Amino acid sequence: MSRVVSQTKSASVNPLKSSQPLGAALAFLGIDGAVPLFHGTQGCTSFALVLFVRHFKETIPLQTTAMDEVTTILGGSDNLEEAILNLKTRTKPKLIGVCTTALVETRGEDSAGDIADIRLKRAEELAGTEIVLANTPDFSGALEEGWSKAVTAMIEGITRPGERARQSKKIAILPGWNLTVADIEHLREMVESFGLHPVILPDLSGSLDGTVPDHWVPTTYGGTSVEDIRELGAAEHCIAICEHMRRPAEVLHKVTGVPYVLFESLTGLKDADQFVSLLSRISGEPVLAGVCRRRAQLQDALLDGHFHFGGKKIAIAAEPDQLYQYATFFVDMGSEITAAVTTTDMSEILEKVPAESIQIGDLGDLETLAGGADLLVTHSHGRQASHRLGIPLMRVGFPVFDRLGSQHKLSILYQGTRDLVFEVANMFQADRHAPTPEELDPFRKRETPGGPRSSPLARH
Amino acid sequence: MTSLSAKIQDVFDEPACDKNRGKDAKARKEGCARPLTPGAAAGGCAFDGAKIVLQPITDVAHLVHAPLACEGNSWDNRGAASSGPTLWRTSFTTDLTELDVVMGQGERKLFKAIREIKEAYAPPAVFVYSTCVTALIGDDIEAVCKRAAEKFGLAVVPINAPGLAGSKNLGNKLAAEALLDHVIGTVEPDDAGPYDINILGEFNLSGEFWLIKPLLDRLGIRVRACIPGDARYTDVASAHRARAAMVVCSTSLINLARKMDERWDIPFFEGSFYGISDTSQALRDIARLLVRKGADPEILGRTETLIADQEAIAWNKLEVYRARLQGKRVLLNTGGVKSWSVVHALMEIGMEIVGTSVKKSTVEDKERIKQILKDDNHLFEQMAARDLYAMLSEGKADIMLSGGRTQFVALKAKTPWLDINQERQHPYAGYDGMVELVRQIDLAIQNPIWSQVRERAPWDCQPGVKDEQPSTKNETATVHSAQEFAGTTPTISASVEEIR
Repeated sequence: MSRVVSQTKSASVNPLKSSQPLGAALAFLGIDGAVPLFHGTQGCTSFALVLFVRHFKETIPLQTTAMDEVTTILGGSDNLEEAILNLKTRTKPKLIGVCTTALVETRGEDSAGDIADIRLKRAEELAGTEIVLANTPDFSGALEEGWSKAVTAMIEGITRPGERARQSKKIAILPGWNLTVADIEHLREMVESFGLHPVILPDLSGSLDGTVPDHWVPTTYGGTSVEDIRELGAAEHCIAICEHMRRPAEVLHKVTGVPYVLFESLTGLKDADQFVSLLSRISGEPVLAGVCRRRAQLQDALLDGHFHFGGKKIAIAAEPDQLYQYATFFVDMGSEITAAVTTTDMSEILEKVPAESIQIGDLGDLETLAGGADLLVTHSHGRQASHRLGIPLMRVGFPVFDRLGSQHKLSILYQGTRDLVFEVANMFQADRHAPTPEELDPFRKRETPGGPRSSPLARH
Repeated sequence: MTSLSAKIQDVFDEPACDKNRGKDAKARKEGCARPLTPGAAAGGCAFDGAKIVLQPITDVAHLVHAPLACEGNSWDNRGAASSGPTLWRTSFTTDLTELDVVMGQGERKLFKAIREIKEAYAPPAVFVYSTCVTALIGDDIEAVCKRAAEKFGLAVVPINAPGLAGSKNLGNKLAAEALLDHVIGTVEPDDAGPYDINILGEFNLSGEFWLIKPLLDRLGIRVRACIPGDARYTDVASAHRARAAMVVCSTSLINLARKMDERWDIPFFEGSFYGISDTSQALRDIARLLVRKGADPEILGRTETLIADQEAIAWNKLEVYRARLQGKRVLLNTGGVKSWSVVHALMEIGMEIVGTSVKKSTVEDKERIKQILKDDNHLFEQMAARDLYAMLSEGKADIMLSGGRTQFVALKAKTPWLDINQERQHPYAGYDGMVELVRQIDLAIQNPIWSQVRERAPWDCQPGVKDEQPSTKNETATVHSAQEFAGTTPTISASVEEIR
């Protein structure tokens, strides 16, 4: 059980978080024919857009209600209406995902009421377009909460309520934001190998997987269809992945009666085993030979890789579910989590993170706590800390803007865990130092290996 | 807010701005803010603009007083380079929580944040940026900064440019106002000399100012302050003792140049370091202004010698590319190409300009473009992504030069593309920079991937195979979901239709 240490600084140094509306927008980007719309000033959208583009290297449809000083004083409902109508005319989306920002939430806008009015007043013009609202002020939460709220809002707003006849073999899957495009593709193949039909919500593997469409599309292309969201209640089962998907899974259960199972992570042999067993049980089908083979490959990777992991000190900064995913992976390989930093103390999963203490904080905290670690694990913004501390950085999560292909990196089930074992083992091998007589001299000044590093604060 | 409104009025009424001069009194009063269309707007906010202008000052701690998004979604994202301090790349924000906002703890948190930064980093100055939420809840950052400056004995500068005030360009100007109000003139240099200049609006992207500085060094000209590229706080604070100034990116910092001229008698000119002839002209103008201010006129002759040497070397290097780039068609899609000498140099080696955006260009600029291009049809205000995509996918250009915003329009249209905006990877300023730009254009156009990505799959080329839309991931996903609903969704073709 870990101890959660709350933040006492007033100045956040090198933020770990990306904002909550950005997380919601990301979820909407996993829907076919969607455009996320930030209800705020143009800057809120511009910053998020640039960050998305830097990470995904794709065109990202993302729009703004373009609030300014006057509309902030008078109220933003006209801007919201105009934006929705403009988007409808210009891009003909199937879904407009409205994400509020700190500006309109501080002002106390009743965005839900406004949207209800707009839908009523403009019913004819807006026919064929769903409008979903996620209340996502920047002053609380981060990616995880935003993503979770958007998925919940889509289920509440679009999924047909009430108990339905269950379609046999149909499985609803609600993945956390930290599953990559490759993860989702792999997940789908695995589920289908049991003869099951997965509906994945949201599905970034359709929209942000780096394909080249043959015509210009102003909305997302690919992803979960709105129709699929509407018919989600006909699923036999729901599988939610990550603690932050508990809420949408519960709402789906409440609205349609679909039972759910929640996996806290799909990384690691044990979790993969449980997931595969569940699929086998639900489908009544045996596990295919190919899956067994991948499992055996993972076992072999654990055997080959464990030499490199044993006793290693790992410093991780990530949102709660991703922190749990990677911390358990490393601990299961024989490493130790010597620094764990996360964005919020609100997640239940933190209790289960195998680290002595978890700091609520930023990358400045990671840099302070990571002295003596063998590996930093966080997103690309960890590069400065990595450079200053001289500790290699494994880039995970969002944003990853200085390496290509982060969305095609697999991190779940047997194959993804195997890939992770190799990736990390190779980083350690690449970073190996040749022994020197001074280091090994029994009379050397005996400090803890790695030594307490000087404070990064002194380095400027 | 009232002082902010006054400031905005003031910067909109910019007598040194070509565009503004062309307006009548009424239009001038309305300012140059274009009303944004909700749902169809692009571009950054005033805070973004202020940060862009100030953040490259390398030894300052830049503290953003805001909820997370303003800084958390945007830090360390620009390619300015520093020859020394790295503090500017460390991100500081008060990261206001719901509790801070509701309980009105913003000002107190800000004050404590300044203290923490002072204690941990001891910077020469802290710049404090106000944002939408902190402006809305009425945090008085000027008062907090004043109090903190007194208490901690360091410069604490309020940057009053909340996002809701307007566009990125307005933010540029409000940042300049903050420098005028609080920074420039606060430090007296002990080494002022007759060859001291300021360069305003040079960002040192990819270190490109380092392609220029040695030229100035060679002439014995000292850069007192380059604002903001690779600047130190004290450079900026003592910039009022320069003898002359050059404004590089005039739309952003023209107000700074004019007011420094008024206040400290520092004459300025607008110039550019992009392209060969513009670089030469800039060097000439700098020398001339210095002579006007009392420097020894012999510098003029030395400048000409240097220019002649450097131009000869550059043209020599460019000649190599003529055969490779002759007749290649360039589409320029950027806010406003300030430097027509880049266009001139590209045309000089045989390239053809098939279009250029003139969104931010002045009337004079447009006239100049028309003369160079000899065809009005090649001018466009702004092209919608869809039209741009159409133009490129029809093969009407061999390369597009633009900023990151339209990068993927070009790439998805399978057209070579080169970044000429702030995220670019290569330095393009000066003589060597121009050669580098042409080299990069050549590398982009001649890359062997283009024939590969444009090639259709062999099985798609056979006659009789449907040719409307070759299979993309997009379709397989839909086809796949159609299979799931075999009972309810009639056919695959219906769902393919649906995604179009």
